[in-house]
Amino acid sequence: MTNHWVDIRNANLILSMGGNSAEAHPVGFRWVTEAIEHNKAELITIDPRFTRTGAVAQDKAFIRTGTDIAFLGGLISYLIETDQIQHEYVLNYTDAALIVREGYGFEDGLFSGYDESTRSYDKQSWMYEMGDDGFVRRDETLQDPRCVYQLLREHYARYTPAMVSSITGIAVENIQRIWKKIAAMAVPDKTMTILYALGWTQHSIGSQIIRTAAMVQLLLGNMGMPGGGVNALRGHSNIQGLTDLGLLSQLLPGYMTLANAKEQDYRAYIDKRTKQPTVEGQVSYWKNYEKFHVSLMKAWYGDAANEANNWCFDWLPKLERPLYDILDTFERMSKGELNGYFCQGFNPLASFPNRAKVTKALSSLKYLVVMDPLNTETSEFWKNYGEYNDVDSSRIDTEVFRLPTCCFAEDEGSIVNSARWLQWHWSAAPPPGDARPDTRIMGELFLKLKQLYQEEGGVFPDPILNLTWDYRIPADPKADELAREFNGRALEDLTDEQGNVTRRAGEQLAGFAELTADGRTAAGCWIFTGCWTEAGNQMANRDNSDPYGTGNTLGWAWAWPMNRRILYNRASADVQGRPWGADKAFIWWDSEQGAWVGADVPDFPTNSPPSQGQMPFIMQPEGVGHLFAGQSMVDGPFPEHYEPFESPVPQNLLHPGKEKARNNPAARIFEEDREALGTPEEFPHAATTYRLTEHFHFWTKHAELNAVVQPQQFVEIGEALADEIGIAAGDWVKVSSKRGFIKAVAVVTKRLRPMTIGDKQVHHVGIPLHWGFTGVAKKGYLVNALTPFVGDANTQTPEYKSFTVRVEKA
Amino acid sequence: MDNSQNIIARSATTTTPPQVRGHVDEVAKLIDVSKCIGCKACQVACMEWNDLRDDVGECHGTYDNPTDLTSESWTVMRFSEYETQEGNLEWLIRKDGCMHCAEPGCLKACPAPGAIVQYANGIVDFDSNHCIGCGYCITGCPFDIPRISPKDQKSYKCTLCSDRVNAGMEPACVKTCPTNCIEFGTKEDMLARAEKRVGDLKELGFRDAGIYDPAGVGGTHVMYVLHHANDPNRYSGLPKDPRISPLVGAWKGATKPIMSAIIGITAFAGVIHYMTKGPKEEPEEHAGHGQDDAPPPHSLGYDATRPRGEDR
Amino acid sequence: MSINVTRRQFFKLGGAGLASSSLAMMGFAPEPAEASIRQFKLTHAKETRNTCTYCSVGCGILIYSKGDGAKNVEQNVFHIEGDPDHPVSRGSLCPKGAGLLDFVHSKGRLEYPQVREAGTSEWKRISWDEALTRIARHMKDDRDANFVQRTAHGETVNHWTTTGFLAASGSSNEAGYITHKVVRNLGMVAFDNQARV
Repeated sequence: MTNHWVDIRNANLILSMGGNSAEAHPVGFRWVTEAIEHNKAELITIDPRFTRTGAVAQDKAFIRTGTDIAFLGGLISYLIETDQIQHEYVLNYTDAALIVREGYGFEDGLFSGYDESTRSYDKQSWMYEMGDDGFVRRDETLQDPRCVYQLLREHYARYTPAMVSSITGIAVENIQRIWKKIAAMAVPDKTMTILYALGWTQHSIGSQIIRTAAMVQLLLGNMGMPGGGVNALRGHSNIQGLTDLGLLSQLLPGYMTLANAKEQDYRAYIDKRTKQPTVEGQVSYWKNYEKFHVSLMKAWYGDAANEANNWCFDWLPKLERPLYDILDTFERMSKGELNGYFCQGFNPLASFPNRAKVTKALSSLKYLVVMDPLNTETSEFWKNYGEYNDVDSSRIDTEVFRLPTCCFAEDEGSIVNSARWLQWHWSAAPPPGDARPDTRIMGELFLKLKQLYQEEGGVFPDPILNLTWDYRIPADPKADELAREFNGRALEDLTDEQGNVTRRAGEQLAGFAELTADGRTAAGCWIFTGCWTEAGNQMANRDNSDPYGTGNTLGWAWAWPMNRRILYNRASADVQGRPWGADKAFIWWDSEQGAWVGADVPDFPTNSPPSQGQMPFIMQPEGVGHLFAGQSMVDGPFPEHYEPFESPVPQNLLHPGKEKARNNPAARIFEEDREALGTPEEFPHAATTYRLTEHFHFWTKHAELNAVVQPQQFVEIGEALADEIGIAAGDWVKVSSKRGFIKAVAVVTKRLRPMTIGDKQVHHVGIPLHWGFTGVAKKGYLVNALTPFVGDANTQTPEYKSFTVRVEKA
Repeated sequence: MDNSQNIIARSATTTTPPQVRGHVDEVAKLIDVSKCIGCKACQVACMEWNDLRDDVGECHGTYDNPTDLTSESWTVMRFSEYETQEGNLEWLIRKDGCMHCAEPGCLKACPAPGAIVQYANGIVDFDSNHCIGCGYCITGCPFDIPRISPKDQKSYKCTLCSDRVNAGMEPACVKTCPTNCIEFGTKEDMLARAEKRVGDLKELGFRDAGIYDPAGVGGTHVMYVLHHANDPNRYSGLPKDPRISPLVGAWKGATKPIMSAIIGITAFAGVIHYMTKGPKEEPEEHAGHGQDDAPPPHSLGYDATRPRGEDR
Repeated sequence: MSINVTRRQFFKLGGAGLASSSLAMMGFAPEPAEASIRQFKLTHAKETRNTCTYCSVGCGILIYSKGDGAKNVEQNVFHIEGDPDHPVSRGSLCPKGAGLLDFVHSKGRLEYPQVREAGTSEWKRISWDEALTRIARHMKDDRDANFVQRTAHGETVNHWTTTGFLAASGSSNEAGYITHKVVRNLGMVAFDNQARV
């Protein structure tokens, strides 16, 4: 979330799209009901189904799954053509005025630079044009045909209400009614908040859907504003924290990235990531990249990392392919290219697409290690459970280890909620039996490996033998020690420009501004620096006071970065540093104090006066929000609608007859998986998977209370489809895709209605995902038997939300 | 200790309960249906707090689960898809459970002394220790709330978490409610909140919005805010004008001495049962077994063992 | 409350639990009616502040465990409810959070390390030491056999692609951090958490 849960109450309009916020985040949703009652806000939900969010929404529309870019792209066009944008904001706080280089273009559904053989783009033409002064050229009038604003206008001119309607299945009058309400938020003192979750992420165009939403918010002037923002509600309790800590194939902690194989030179690796301002005088905070990187290397390798050996640059693995994501890994595993695999609190047999492929892949491993509090399906993938897991154990040679871990009630530590709050928790009881915390398991396992390398030698033992491991009990590192380590400390005395000591050697650092690139500081995750300072554990703070009445409780826990609760909050004030409206006052320039003050920690240099002209988006080299994503996306600088890889509609209505532009041209799909895609003739129904409020993924089917309130697997189908196939509520149905099938009870509902797409009637089938073959709820089929093995072009997140099935009476 | 739970009425008891400590605020739970997302947190919190675990059932083709109140589900969400005359679809979700009537029909109908009590704060509570499982409370209830357990032949329902309220807390369902749909306070305060919410809903165009606090049972200590108060039936059969069954009146009048005698004989039979077969509290293997020791459940025209809610 | 207990004992001794009320109606009632019939169950239980680990709202929870924390008491969680001080959740929990108690005590909780040997259809209980020793052996054998120091083009990559690791975004930052530290320094790149899906 750019903003935070309580801040939702400051919104004037709430758009719940790409998520079912009431269903998946009911307690966060309380701030929606609060905004409706106390801020007279309106809630609009756009979803393929009439959801629990819909039950309390004042306005709603039903959209065909996977077509959100069409709706939002049309909205962008509407805002521009009706001139309902926040002008001062757009001109100053976005890249609307920046000029794009000659050579950028868009034709037949493809951006310039496309290479069909690699299904990728050369992004050279997607850049701003640099002036002679070394900075980006701009046109304050926004009239230059090559300025971002005009290119944006041209790109979305094709997204007319009629076109949007034909793609999304929403009637033109409903589209226009909702666009009008959203456009009303373009005035400076009104904000819309956007709440989304996996309903946007899990598409082959998922990242671009989210970008479209961000672009709408920039045009409306809603980023950095209380009651605004683009808010990823996110899934797991610490999915934010594990992402922040870089537990993804290409990342290091704090959103730093591993080098690829081509990056053999340390200096070039650093320089590429050290973003210098491209507009004069801007902050461009990534210019400090090396400070973050060297501090991490010092945290990991201590004295072994020094300037002479490039801080052990070569000890870190380098990437030979763009991503070693889960789809790539299971593709390789299914071909026998992996020998070992660890599942720490992760249940891939249930969670990954195309379950048949996942079973095949796991069966080819030599060893599998499952660390979990619960008896997961993955840990028993080799065990026959009849129709629910029809395997022959004797033919599976994988050695499986299952290690019991503690759950939240039995361990100590911090987790990061989607509002970036690091909240410390305490243990309430010992774990059952001989279960152990993950920290201890990882500690002991590492020491055993280290011992083997010490005794036997082996390949490239350097990082193993030199890894900093100064924990009180080496086999059992404790949460407080680890938290202090990722916060960071001074290794030598730090001094200011006058030579005064500002931080003694050995002291905890107070913030990442103290980090140095010369090896005097160590910090395991620079964005968390400040969470455990000399003043103690800031994550354990529990003061819930709200001095400004904005819902901003700075004394409760600690948020990264630097306890800021709303990112880019400088944008909540105008160019002169004054709040955009009395109701939206959040931080502002106090000329007497010569500082930014207010309800939040300024996400900005505190003493930089408005007259200095620094702009709010301090992580961008231009200091402004990007309507044009020159370098950050692999599949286009402007989002474009492409059909899901499996779609009930045979072509992309924006590009009829252009086969290359039917699906995301830059999305990766393996050959075998392309062959496993169904056709609309065979599998005519649009399907989408999701979770229910009574359950959490595949965990709560192990909890009796949750099993009682939602005991058995079902699928949701509309009355019209039920009539067509001759079933009634409570009957059993079989749902099939090209990859497999499930059987479940039918919930027949008025809440799903057929949509007219072109000349076709499309039915949606809703598939909740919580059941499996372990647990106390009724046994059920793993729904990922159905889903396709293709992911988003940027993140490789699988397309769980849009695929096609056939439903019949079981 | 300021005990807010002074008992002011007690089933089948003719002596007047103590009345002098009457300076007790009546409490109420307010359920604003317009804010309900049907998440069932209240169902789960209720079971968890009260140490109940209902059976893991089946999906019957709806979101409702369990599909009806039981002796182990003291509250359930009822979902109804309603199409308005204008063709708009509304998903109306109502939390069902005891209404804690000011004039509780269950208490009036109950023949077992002290099995049902009413506190000065308005809570109507079942003391299962005294329940004889006759099922009259069900007949007496205009909302069809109490359920006889097949395990012990005793009647159960929501207590409004009288233990929590007595300790100065709110009921478990109220505390857990994510969307502020369930609130708790004095009846006076809740009525004021309800008025405010009705005003809000009218502003949003629900011209028939109103408070459900039915006079036929003397008002209730669980109230609803409904967007369509003109037609409560729309919310999974909430009765428009609930009243205590005339049968209960009859029982309170002419037939009472006879019924008392029957109950007395039944009680005596219970003692015999104990002496010959051991304590009744032992878990029964089969639901319904042992009912021969209790008065015929349909003696007031009501079959307590019939699964409830089938007509919904 | 003592009156209440005495009354119950009276009936227990009398041996007519079921019929006691009816007996009372016939004139055998012990005198005073009780003030209330339900005991409050949290008095003096140990209360621990924690955070719900289902979704990413991060609701505050209060965990109640048996006993007051005295040395001779084995803490056992018996009730969980919302933390009213938490700025987001303000005491509320959704149906998942409200049911956390049954996650803690789920029948599906694992208690001991186990191994399923190749080709068999049963779990076998093993010690932690055996489990970790065998796992470390597998890892080292695979790493030593398949670790890539240089590519065919002579580029230094120092990575290990034949063992992968999925980390848990339900675990704490501290578990995540040490996991990253260990996994990355073994050279693993097939490394993701639920953020990928």
